[in-house]
Amino acid sequence: MHPVRKKRMITIAVILVVLAAAIGLVMYALSQNINLFYSPTQIAQGEAPQNVTIRAGGMVVDNSVERASDSLDVAFSVTDYQHSVRIEYTGILPDLFREGQGIVAQGKLDERGVLIASEVLAKHDEEYMPPEVTDALEKAQAQ
Amino acid sequence: MIMLPEIGHYVLILAMMFALALAVLPMMGYLQRNAILLSTAKPLTYLMSGLTCASFIILAIAFAQDDFSVLYVSQHSNSLLPIWYKISAVWGGHEGSLLLWITILTLWAALLAFKSETLPNSTGPVVLSVLGIVATGFLAFILFTSSPFLRILPDQPVDGVDLNPLLQDIGLIIHPPMLYMGYVGFSVAFAFAIAALITGNLNASWARWARPWTNVSWAFLTLGIALGSWWAYYELGWGGWWFWDPVENASLMPWLAGTALIHSLAVTEKRGVFKSWTVLLAIFTFSLSLLGTFLVRSGVLTSVHAFASDPTRGVFILALLVIIIGSSLFLYALRASQVKSQVSFGLTGRESWLLINNILLTILTLTVLLGTLYPLIFDAFNLGKISVGAPYFNAVFSPIALLLIVFMGIGPLAKWHNTKGAMLWRLSWLPAVLAIVLASLVFTFHEFDVYMWVSFAIALWLVLMCLRDWLDKVLAARQSLWQRARKLPRHYYGMQLAHIGVAVSLIGVIFVSMNSTETIVRMAPGDRVDVGGYEFEFLGTRHVEGPNYTADTGVINVYQDGQVITQMLPQKRLYQARQQMMTEAALDPGFTRDLYISLGEPLADGAWGVRIYIKSFVRWIWLGGLLMMAGGLLAAWDKRYRRKTGA
Repeated sequence: MHPVRKKRMITIAVILVVLAAAIGLVMYALSQNINLFYSPTQIAQGEAPQNVTIRAGGMVVDNSVERASDSLDVAFSVTDYQHSVRIEYTGILPDLFREGQGIVAQGKLDERGVLIASEVLAKHDEEYMPPEVTDALEKAQAQ
Repeated sequence: MIMLPEIGHYVLILAMMFALALAVLPMMGYLQRNAILLSTAKPLTYLMSGLTCASFIILAIAFAQDDFSVLYVSQHSNSLLPIWYKISAVWGGHEGSLLLWITILTLWAALLAFKSETLPNSTGPVVLSVLGIVATGFLAFILFTSSPFLRILPDQPVDGVDLNPLLQDIGLIIHPPMLYMGYVGFSVAFAFAIAALITGNLNASWARWARPWTNVSWAFLTLGIALGSWWAYYELGWGGWWFWDPVENASLMPWLAGTALIHSLAVTEKRGVFKSWTVLLAIFTFSLSLLGTFLVRSGVLTSVHAFASDPTRGVFILALLVIIIGSSLFLYALRASQVKSQVSFGLTGRESWLLINNILLTILTLTVLLGTLYPLIFDAFNLGKISVGAPYFNAVFSPIALLLIVFMGIGPLAKWHNTKGAMLWRLSWLPAVLAIVLASLVFTFHEFDVYMWVSFAIALWLVLMCLRDWLDKVLAARQSLWQRARKLPRHYYGMQLAHIGVAVSLIGVIFVSMNSTETIVRMAPGDRVDVGGYEFEFLGTRHVEGPNYTADTGVINVYQDGQVITQMLPQKRLYQARQQMMTEAALDPGFTRDLYISLGEPLADGAWGVRIYIKSFVRWIWLGGLLMMAGGLLAAWDKRYRRKTGA
């Protein structure tokens, strides 16, 4: 083979191999780490899987926040004004967590239909509403 | 004085007119070979830049004077706000941060115009004209969708709603300007690339002109990202330094592409190869800067950093994005085929090592891009709303980045065109052995973890190889070591510094993730808790009044071996104007560890939820960033860029 062409072939082969490896890695990692969002209505209707990491969100229901007196356990409900879902969490809630605010939590549903949250998402701005929550509220209203 | 905001708006309209003229006239001058039209580029740039700055300063004055009849001021400031936060509040919201963006763009353009003597007669004006096109787009964007000078009259509010408390911080005074200096600075490399495509003058000279500009922008972007990470660490109150959040990714992507660009520009300048790839990379890098602006400003993605935003603006930026990127790529497709590399390159030469660098950095950029945009793609096909978790990025990013760092050790040793394998082996076997031995030694004191061990060995390998390379260079000659060391060019030291910076950051990352202790506990006054060899005693809280907030300050004594070593005072603040809660973490920084305490929520009986972290080597992450920045600046300062070129 012509040396220039050979060089080119080697270069291209190397690029293709690296690229293929990277794509494989990416696809695998993506398939493991995608978290679907479910609205309270979807969860109430049993659309959300159990024991899989998902995201759920809505408006925090007034007077629903219960704190344990001797630990950092906290529970609250979020609603899309059609259905609501209970969320349990251990730890410190973000500063902007408040009743009547839209929030998103990440965690797994247990057999009671309660979301055991590993993370309650904070945000930087009071006026900010997570796009998923806005969408869920609009859908619930349309029903 | 009362008319000042109107003047600001008017000045901005004028600036856009000049930007438009800059976009059109020199370009026509180039096409018609008209020297007079070409010569308009410099004065038009200065006018555009001066007017944009003037409008920025007018907005700053409106903030300083508490002119709450201006909507933007009333939304982001408050009469009680300390003056330096009033000034930084100028870029505390959407409108102002875009004004900062465009102000920095025009400043880069003005600096380029000032330095354009060294460029050939027709190139300078075309480059400035390209910047004029970008500036026109963004000025139009500000004027049509997000003017910061709108008034609320006649019912002007008595006081402003205040700056978001999270932004009332030294980190956020300097972070956005630095970040934008970097983001926007890549527009210069972009303009050079587009000008090269337009003029068809794609020899290596454009790479030489673009290099110092790209280096400086990259240095600023590095600093901006490091500052952002540092700010998130202490201000968000949960002690993480990187969250793989869309907004963070938005700044990381141009950085990765920019890093690739720096290296590819080097090959193009020195060897005249990879020419069309380098042009494409310059377009790609600036496009990612624009994409970053779009992601942050449109609010299409759920982000912990998301601030309230307006979707109609997103559409405008998206349109701008599509036009700029689309037309650049179209131009590229038309012209790039004409580019032929005159020199072929050897498979074993430094070119190949830099090619590996570019491949890996591009792959890194694409994996971050994919992970960031995946939720949008998913949503667009109505597959549901998803988020891509941090584990994805960790799983994909880390191995590729580590591989890149392995090559970083070898690449600089290679010679252009052809490298003898024996030479590489001679130089690199000892550092490799040493790195493995040293890493193993360290891990005899620590729980063994294969991944961490490999990562640490790689970091050591990089440092040792940098050292080995330097020794090889200074010991080779007959002159004394000192004389020889001084003769090595600045760009060489810049490279070494930046590479060692990467190793330092990596060491920080390894130790933070491996050796940190994190505890969240409930503490009543008098409670003591042991965390990682330190004992923390909660004495209770006391009430504190700040200039625009009230706070509960937790008092915590820290003991080591029974002795009080420090008292830490984390705060929970309530900002009055917004009635917003804010956690102010207490830090006891150190070279090898940070103590980090933040207050959670008040619980019953004076008890509080308290986070206590001991972060190993966390400062090294940002220290590495500073070294990288210094390296970038040093390389840009190299003497050979000062020479005039007539080509």
